[in-house]
Amino acid sequence: MQFLDQPPRFLFFTGKGGVGKTSISCATAIRLAESGKNVLLVSTDPASNVGQVFGITIGNHITRVPAVKNLDALEIDPQAAAQGYRDRIVNPVRGLLPDDVVRGIEEQLSGACTTEIAAFDEFTTLLIDSPVTENYDHIIFDTAPTGHTIRLLQLPGAWSGFLEQGKGDASCLGPLAGLEKQREQYKAAVDALADGERTRLILVARAQQSTLREVARTHEELAAIGLKQQYLVINGILPKLEAEHDALAAAIHQREQAALDAIPDALKSLPLDNVALKAFDLVGLDALRMLLTEVPYQPRSESRAIVKVNKPSLSSLVDSIAADGYGLVMTMGKGGVGKTTIAAAVAVELARRGLPVHLTTSDPAAHLSDTLDGALNSSLDNLTVSRIDPHEETERYRNHILETKGAKLDAEGRTLLEEDLRSPCTEEIAVFQAFSRIIREAGKKFVVMDTAPTGHTLLLLDATGAYHREVARQMDKAHMHFTTPMMQLQDPKRTKILIVTLAEKTPVLEAANLQSDLRRAGIEPWAWVINNSVAATNTTSSLLHQRALNELVEIDAIAKVHSDRYAVVPMMQDEPIGVQRLLDLAAG
Amino acid sequence: MAKSIQIYDPALCCSTGVCGTEVDQQLVNFSADADWAKKNGAQIERFNLAQQPMEFANNKVVRDFLERSGQEALPLILVDGEFALAGRYPSRTELARWAGLTSAIEIQPVTSCYSGGKCC
Repeated sequence: MQFLDQPPRFLFFTGKGGVGKTSISCATAIRLAESGKNVLLVSTDPASNVGQVFGITIGNHITRVPAVKNLDALEIDPQAAAQGYRDRIVNPVRGLLPDDVVRGIEEQLSGACTTEIAAFDEFTTLLIDSPVTENYDHIIFDTAPTGHTIRLLQLPGAWSGFLEQGKGDASCLGPLAGLEKQREQYKAAVDALADGERTRLILVARAQQSTLREVARTHEELAAIGLKQQYLVINGILPKLEAEHDALAAAIHQREQAALDAIPDALKSLPLDNVALKAFDLVGLDALRMLLTEVPYQPRSESRAIVKVNKPSLSSLVDSIAADGYGLVMTMGKGGVGKTTIAAAVAVELARRGLPVHLTTSDPAAHLSDTLDGALNSSLDNLTVSRIDPHEETERYRNHILETKGAKLDAEGRTLLEEDLRSPCTEEIAVFQAFSRIIREAGKKFVVMDTAPTGHTLLLLDATGAYHREVARQMDKAHMHFTTPMMQLQDPKRTKILIVTLAEKTPVLEAANLQSDLRRAGIEPWAWVINNSVAATNTTSSLLHQRALNELVEIDAIAKVHSDRYAVVPMMQDEPIGVQRLLDLAAG
Repeated sequence: MAKSIQIYDPALCCSTGVCGTEVDQQLVNFSADADWAKKNGAQIERFNLAQQPMEFANNKVVRDFLERSGQEALPLILVDGEFALAGRYPSRTELARWAGLTSAIEIQPVTSCYSGGKCC
């Protein structure tokens, strides 16, 4: 493993949820600790199972790991960090300011930016010289701050008149108002991040085209701000030998190899390590020691039973959607879970029933138009497809604001405005504005979209929400009808949100967070769609069988805890391209 | 002694408002105007409800205003602690008058207002 060669003091593992950052971080920590180094492992994974892995309770303080000599661990819960941060700002004014004002402040501080910055705040102290960390040779993080956060912290303009003078003249750095540390500490932390002698960034990905594209973007963004020491690890690659036993395994192997062959140019120069998919569950020390080791592949022969799971098909969900005759359907979920595919499958299913459908997508690869081209016009006349390019929309929105509204700003103010416009909220708002033009059609036909705004954005978009509710209440008393876009989204007859996820621990947790965020905005997701499920296939591959067993636990949790209504979509042998394959996918 | 001007902003993610629903031209203009006034010697402080709620809670004038009129009525502008303006941001002329920057006004053109907004 090249990323383990002469590692510097700080190791950051980054990648989207479910790629295996935490497992690889744990394995790395064990490896380094057992080679005689003093190691601190820091997990900010909301689904952190680091404690479980080592059989101890860790939590938000440095804890000795008895099973591994020289290893300590620390778990930072970003949600709890954000909550702590909100409490620091809001608690002192509770009871002093009107309740609705207090609620408004809390919502402002409930976005992704706050969580991200609060988590960064928590581990800032680990990156600077301090008695707490001086004995560690290596500190390993299973996450890394985003480019946006680092850039904000680097901008001198963001700080001027802020922490120093205590005046609220800063920008998106606003969330830092309640942070407790001194500017010097943040600066030292950012300097440590950008120092190749001290910090190595390890990008973790799966052998999937979309994931690799996303990783390439992360690489370029972080390299641009000075984090040049980057390595790439591709995790969970299906061994070639396994492909010989099973048709599905063969298809996956072929797809993964194709993705690896077409690896984005930006990633080609990085030192690359491949980690094979293991048949064992990554819990316990022995399993983690084996993760980064090239063990000879041995197919397991014991469990050949076909996994049984209650798997309502996507098609059966569409039956209920179709019954309402028209409306808005939005798929929502983290990147890479297959929102676009699910949206396309729902649209095709509705169209097959003879219903008028407009499918609109933000898929950056435009894979949807490829997906439906040709077959589309001949077989499904009542389906129209349009595309919104999120990058174009965001760029247009940014330029528009810089040209019109930022025209009068001086250089420093303009830099700050530019960075504000790179916040994750900006893209969401720009895309949603573009989509909202299409939403209006949903009163007459079906509109299916492969994206949805988060509850937080909706609440901010609906900044006068309290006012709307008041108006609605008054109108209701007077038996009058009144509708706002927010009310349309809150009405399950008119809007159905499908939460798309994978049957894996972290993605399920991320989906549950999206769901609670929507609930805050008074929106109840209509159903969950569990995509790419191995458990819903009839695979006989023992390696995949192990994965299917793990999935069952998650599917069970979704059915019991998260949603009464769900569908399980099997992993397909062929990429779901074309109307027929999308229909097959929906049929289960 | 120049008078000090305190601006109590509504809950904003950032002072330019770009993170919000739509960029409010009044906010962007005002940020520029406030900058200009400061450079000409005015004492201006801004407080963001989402970030410094204690500043609102600790000031009786502001707290009473919030209770009476709600956060929709922000921004609130005080000059030397006394009520000066509410519901819109001040223009460059108003800032200059409060801060006593008469000479500066003649040199600098007044910011034009945004027709869609609440000002003018």
